[in-house]
Amino acid sequence: MENLLNIFVKSIFIDNMIFAYFLGMCSYLAVSKTVKTSIGLGIAVIFVLLITTPVNFLVEHYILNKGALSWLGKGFADVDLSFLTFMVFIAVIAAIVQLVEMIVEKYSPSLYNSLGIFLPLIAVNCAILGVSLFMQEREYQSIAEATVFGVGSGIGWMLAIVSIAAIREKLRYSNVPDPLKGVGITFILTGLMAIAFMGFMGIKL
Amino acid sequence: MSNREKEPLFSAKNLKLFTAPLGQDNPITVQVLGICSALAVTVKLKPALVMALSVTVVVAVSNLVIAAMRKFIPDRIRIIVQLVVIATMVILVDQSLKAYAFDVSKQLSVFVGLIITNCIIMGRLEAFAMANKPWPSFIDGIGNGAGYGIILIIVAFFREFLGSGTIYGYPVLEKLGIYSTGYHNNGLMILPPMALITVGMIIWFQRSRNKSLIEKK
Repeated sequence: MENLLNIFVKSIFIDNMIFAYFLGMCSYLAVSKTVKTSIGLGIAVIFVLLITTPVNFLVEHYILNKGALSWLGKGFADVDLSFLTFMVFIAVIAAIVQLVEMIVEKYSPSLYNSLGIFLPLIAVNCAILGVSLFMQEREYQSIAEATVFGVGSGIGWMLAIVSIAAIREKLRYSNVPDPLKGVGITFILTGLMAIAFMGFMGIKL
Repeated sequence: MSNREKEPLFSAKNLKLFTAPLGQDNPITVQVLGICSALAVTVKLKPALVMALSVTVVVAVSNLVIAAMRKFIPDRIRIIVQLVVIATMVILVDQSLKAYAFDVSKQLSVFVGLIITNCIIMGRLEAFAMANKPWPSFIDGIGNGAGYGIILIIVAFFREFLGSGTIYGYPVLEKLGIYSTGYHNNGLMILPPMALITVGMIIWFQRSRNKSLIEKK
């Protein structure tokens, strides 16, 4: 339990997807003009991560790893499919995003109206694939750890995009040098926020 | 583009495809694509160079393949087809890096895999390769890869030089004896935040030189 909490806090604050690894920067820069839309995108990202990370964990442990197919029978004991990781992960993510979109559309039209436009965007968001790849690289032991890591990263990502959106809303009234307007100042602000987030480094529960 | 006349391989138009992404149409500083993987690999010049090469290879070859198949791809499933082509290329790049440059491949860690979701590649496939012939698409891919690479190398140069006092692993400052005068490396430069700020500075510089790029609000 303590371990899970540790992973959770770490993935939100210390290994923040935006400030430490720059994942999902494209949509971070493009959709952070108003707080409202950025909250929508943030929730969609958390939602998709909550589903894709454990699914990819299972796929990795029961299909892709060396010897993972041994549940099929003796003949499969030394099959190693790990070179297919990238392709399988991205296919799983694309399929799940599609599924989630269809389910949400059918059962909750109001949620679909607020999240709908973001869902297709998310399939190619580097943060989603990045979390799955980090999950694989750090060798989390159980599906609970993987899920907590996925959700934590999603919350960290949402925290980042909502706060930069709030700053950019205020920024509209300030006098930024012309060449820095738009993307330039956003980069520098994100850098400054990242420096602030470095204050969390070393927290361990 | 006229389909009837035979164009020379390096016509002015094709050359423009190559040079535009290097400066005024740069994928990182102007189109703001592919930032995701760009920043994390710029602590040292060597991984940045390898990353730039990998992305160039992937974007050029996937452009070529998609442009060659563009008439046979059904519109509805084009994203999946593109993802499969890109993922295949990335797997090839990843496996060859693991075979021939293992230490760099360890440093790049997950960022080789993240080339798949690099917006530059999807963007070029959607915007260019789906509507153009293979050869111009190939040049366009090389140009965009190079434009991406140039920014990576500039950022990595400053971060490595100011942060570690070396250039491509060669200890320049130590050889020049700068340290004995009391100079210290700026440790902040090798931490993630400075990558963002360095790119912000580059955008600032480029836009103050080229006023037409300034965003209007």
